[in-house]
Amino acid sequence: MILHEVAAAEQIGFPILTVLTFWPLLGAVWIWFFQKDEDLIRKSAMAVAGLELFIAVLLLWYFTPNSSQIQFAERAAWIPAIGVGYHLGIDGISVLFIPLTAFLTVLIMVYSWDTERTMLKPYFMALLGLEATMVGVFASLDLILFFVFWELMLLPGYFLIKLWGKGPQRQYAALKYVLYTLSGSVLMLVGMVLLNLNFHAVAVTYRTEPLYSFDFLDLLNVPVPPEKQTLIFFLLFFGFAFKAPIFPFHTWLPTALVEGPIVMSVLLAGVKLGTFGFIRFSLPLLPEASRQWLWLMAALGLAAIVYGAVIALVQSDFRRLLAFSSISHLGFVMLGLFALNFQGLQGSLLQMINLGFSTAGLFFMAGFLASRTGSSDLSAYGGLARHVPLLATFILILGLASIGLPGTNGFVGEFLILLGVFRAHWILAAVGVLGVILGAAYFLWYYERAFFGPVAHEPPKPLHDLRPREWGIAVALTVMVLWIGLYPAPFLNMINGSVQVLVERVQQGAADKTPQQPSRPQVPGHGHD
Amino acid sequence: MVPVSAYVTVSAILFVTGLVGVLIRRNFIIVLMSIEIMLNAANINLVAFANHLDSLAGQVMTLFVIAIAAGEAAVGLAIIIVVFRGKMATNVDQINLLKW
Amino acid sequence: MYDLIVILIPLFPLVAFLANGLNVMLGHRYSDEKAAWIGCGSVFLSACCAFWVLGETLGHPAPRTVVAYRWFFGGDLTVNLGFLIDPLTCVMLLVVTGVGFLIHVYSVGYMHGEKGFTRFFAYMNLFMVSMLLLVMGNNYVVLFIGWEGVGLCSYLLIGYYYDRMSAAKAATKAFVMNRIGDAGFLLAIFLIFATFGTLDYVEVFAKASRLDPATATAIAVCLLIGAVGKSAQLPLYTWLPDAMEGPTPVSALIHAATMVTAGVYMVVRNHAIYNMTPDALLLVGVIGGATALFAATIGLVQTDIKRVLAYSTVSQLGFMFLACGVGAYAAAIFHLVTHAFFKALLFLAAGSVIHALSGEQDIRRMGGLWNKVPVTHWVFLAGTAAITGVPFLSGWWSKDEILGHAYTHRHYVLWTLGWVAALCTAFYMSRLLYVTFYGESRVDRKVAQHIHESPKVMLVPLVILAFLSVVGGLIGVIPGGLENGWFHQFLAPVVATPAAAGVPEGGHLEPYLLMLWTTVIALVGWLTAHYFYMLKPDQPDLLMNKMKWVYTLLLNKYWVDEAYDKIVVEPGKAVGRVLDRVDQAGVDRAVVAVERMTDMGAAGSTWFEKHVIYGSINVTGYANHLAARVLRQLQTGLVHHYAAILVTGLVVLVNLIVLFLWWGGAS
Repeated sequence: MILHEVAAAEQIGFPILTVLTFWPLLGAVWIWFFQKDEDLIRKSAMAVAGLELFIAVLLLWYFTPNSSQIQFAERAAWIPAIGVGYHLGIDGISVLFIPLTAFLTVLIMVYSWDTERTMLKPYFMALLGLEATMVGVFASLDLILFFVFWELMLLPGYFLIKLWGKGPQRQYAALKYVLYTLSGSVLMLVGMVLLNLNFHAVAVTYRTEPLYSFDFLDLLNVPVPPEKQTLIFFLLFFGFAFKAPIFPFHTWLPTALVEGPIVMSVLLAGVKLGTFGFIRFSLPLLPEASRQWLWLMAALGLAAIVYGAVIALVQSDFRRLLAFSSISHLGFVMLGLFALNFQGLQGSLLQMINLGFSTAGLFFMAGFLASRTGSSDLSAYGGLARHVPLLATFILILGLASIGLPGTNGFVGEFLILLGVFRAHWILAAVGVLGVILGAAYFLWYYERAFFGPVAHEPPKPLHDLRPREWGIAVALTVMVLWIGLYPAPFLNMINGSVQVLVERVQQGAADKTPQQPSRPQVPGHGHD
Repeated sequence: MVPVSAYVTVSAILFVTGLVGVLIRRNFIIVLMSIEIMLNAANINLVAFANHLDSLAGQVMTLFVIAIAAGEAAVGLAIIIVVFRGKMATNVDQINLLKW
Repeated sequence: MYDLIVILIPLFPLVAFLANGLNVMLGHRYSDEKAAWIGCGSVFLSACCAFWVLGETLGHPAPRTVVAYRWFFGGDLTVNLGFLIDPLTCVMLLVVTGVGFLIHVYSVGYMHGEKGFTRFFAYMNLFMVSMLLLVMGNNYVVLFIGWEGVGLCSYLLIGYYYDRMSAAKAATKAFVMNRIGDAGFLLAIFLIFATFGTLDYVEVFAKASRLDPATATAIAVCLLIGAVGKSAQLPLYTWLPDAMEGPTPVSALIHAATMVTAGVYMVVRNHAIYNMTPDALLLVGVIGGATALFAATIGLVQTDIKRVLAYSTVSQLGFMFLACGVGAYAAAIFHLVTHAFFKALLFLAAGSVIHALSGEQDIRRMGGLWNKVPVTHWVFLAGTAAITGVPFLSGWWSKDEILGHAYTHRHYVLWTLGWVAALCTAFYMSRLLYVTFYGESRVDRKVAQHIHESPKVMLVPLVILAFLSVVGGLIGVIPGGLENGWFHQFLAPVVATPAAAGVPEGGHLEPYLLMLWTTVIALVGWLTAHYFYMLKPDQPDLLMNKMKWVYTLLLNKYWVDEAYDKIVVEPGKAVGRVLDRVDQAGVDRAVVAVERMTDMGAAGSTWFEKHVIYGSINVTGYANHLAARVLRQLQTGLVHHYAAILVTGLVVLVNLIVLFLWWGGAS
């Protein structure tokens, strides 16, 4: 698997990924200089996020679809002695995540406009910092750079949960989030170092330069012995599994999603970093191990699907329900990834994006609900459809998208995943469709209890239906949900090229055992691989 | 021609005199004067070596030192007056504001 | 031109749905009247297009494909949003748009003055879109969009009166039970793709003849699971009676005429696959026959006018499955069409009765209505006559065809199930008619004062449907006689009976004997009902007391709902609760081995922290404290002390330097 690279300079003329990564950070610093003027802080944060989204859309615009090349690549030396470099670039695997992150951040800014009133300056700085690190994670092609962004993300995340969380146990939730993720990522770092050492061994044997490298493209070119692959695979697995989170490492998620602020829940549930790690690094770097441990991974995915859905069935708190539905959905994504065929991978990738609209959108809706009834728990609801018909409508649309109703984005993703899984092994899909049934059951049962039926608790003052800003968020999400559901072609075109190459890689393995010269090709133009 | 060693000896004697004055006398004014003596000891050294090495730098330095010494004396006296007004003390032992 | 018109068929209702839906969401910018015009008008336009397409198809019956756009794709998979127009599609199109249009018009009167009038029409239009996609799709995925889409609309419309808890529960139940079927359907789609490498009907059916029996059976059974869920067959039928919580036009359109027949349509559409697998086909027949009888027996004792009709629908759908099972695909579709006429008619007429009685649905509080709502009475009579199998009416032709086919193909058990069910049907439908319209009035006095015939906008569709119910069966007999009517000739290119079944034998007399038998059954049913409810009105109660346990069993619908609740729903929730508790305690606590280690590690590190880390920190602190106590003595605050120390230090340093320089110089 040789990925060619197109430099950003040739494609768009300026280092767009660096700009995307550091612009929010710059914005955060800029906000730091404001003192008291809260309105100015809000507006600046909004402007920074808006411009980021604009640049991200530019990125999509200039992206060459149906290509497996690494595009918009940038390279700079960082710590050459141990092979750490500053290497950014995106391909079909990662291209959609960056606009998604920017899109969600803009919605978050809109959401926070009038709901967040305390410590605005650090709040917006943390949000922008989080955005920057997330974009960095998606754009990094150097393992250490990736790791740095991966870890830096914990800082704003921790403080967002701890300081702006609304739940009584937010301190605990924040700590749990950081400890879980950290313990996973330490193992992941070891895995990365082992990859580098393996590269070194090969480089020494064949007397090639450089001697050390953490560069993804370099590492792709050297074979990893199968016994090492298993070890490294599990080391990386822990890092990604804790972050994703994959059952049974998920226990931090419900706490964090329930106790933290809505905006953090949106980002945690909407931006699927952990599973991105699998598809970005684990599968292409360790194809043999991925094949070898397929059944374990698929079993974990299946367990997550059923487990999450069954627990979601009995939840009375909307956010907790969403947390478990999110675990269930991640099970689908895992299942699709380890189908290791085209539809499975394509579906998983698309589904990761889809969840960024549907599940994350439902968290926004949970926020709207909580701001009206003062709680996200069922005991405060009953017959809400009479009071807030519009909100009820949008929750239904997004909820149906999350349970994969045809016509919404969830269907395309789930269908492709299950189709891929079925072709890998029918029994996996046969169990997987249970999730389709249970999904409908938990969502609609909750919906029935919360929104239908007679009004259970007459609210002290009449509930206001959606306000203009909330309208904006809901409509933006709905448009995306229906767009991907009804006409996903543009999105599929972007990811297909890379998925194709990845499929060949995982199916044939690192078949070519003779290492190539770890060259750094700068192929001009847009060749198709 | 007086050898440099002679100047240095005088300068050393003067410096030690000043040092001892600073260390053992209690009166502010006398401590201040002792400091002036030490400065002058340094000046003698500077001038002597300037002459010996046939360089003007030492003499220029001396002029600076004299100027600074004047300033120092002025500031020092001012401090002494302020301390005297505040504490009614002319004795170094009575002032231990530097503690804590 | 052709392509455009085909695409327009679902597009008209879609536009109407968007208009009405946005109107609801943006706070009713236009009036209810306009919403009704948009809603009905769009369906009318669709119906016109459908008729045009029918005309084209009559000329060129070969299947034609129209692709709107490429929907999703990847690797070797391509799914188009495409339509397949062949005679079967045309028949379904006409039923859906034609009956759909009439029901839309009826709804204008029935729903008049409702608060959610526009919302109702938006949902109905969305239903039309989904249903049209379902019958028009040229591949399984488009079929599936329609399939789940109609499920969604069914959910929304059952839950139309969402502040009624029973409606909300029925809606959820319908959707979830449908989803069980849908899951089976999904598996079937995957299996088809894995087997054929394509999802297009045309390609799949072309290759179906080379299918090996095991795969064919697997596909057929999975498809059947889907059909069973959607068409409310055993064992997934319980949602349909509950679905009567929706407004009556919804029951007529979705839960009688169109959506629930989707399962039958799918089986017929896939007959190429079913023909390869006699086992699965037999299963279809058995499920159909069993459901027909089972539901009919429950229908015997129900007292809610709409529930009787609901069980009758389940039973009639069973007939259609039975027909598929014995290979009489054309007969199944024929019965589907006639059933759409008379069942829509019966539901709408029942709606008219309910409308007249200010919402009363219990037949025990009706009676003697025949002269108060004459038009409704006559159309209801027509519908009942049609469904019970009064000779020469539509139901008689189609039911007879199914039973005859079953008999001549030697499915005697299925045939027996069928005619017993038909007997029950004849009895309970005529019972419904008698109890509702004849005898003495048992209507509440308050309600009785307000009894009124429905407005014209409701009656006109009723009359049209009544006309169709009476004469609609003729399309199946004219011009070529039984099983060779216009309808069968039209469908012939699409549906072919299983080759293995062979040509039925038997004399010329046999079909007529069977017709006679069907007639006798209907007659017996009517006469029994006449005896019980006209001549001896006290007899039912006596019989009820004599056969108490049978009555209780039937009245409680064999306790199937309760059993599902106890066996599936409750345990599911219990498992959920247990897992939830486990999870809340932390799965890390449940995964025992890992947890123990973590615990021990945690205990160890706690001890370590307490004694070693804290200890060392304490020692450091104490040492600092001590040193400070000594050293603070030096801080007198007296300048000359400092000066002395300074000088001492200086002297020591200078001496050291000199010393080192000397030593350094010396060495």
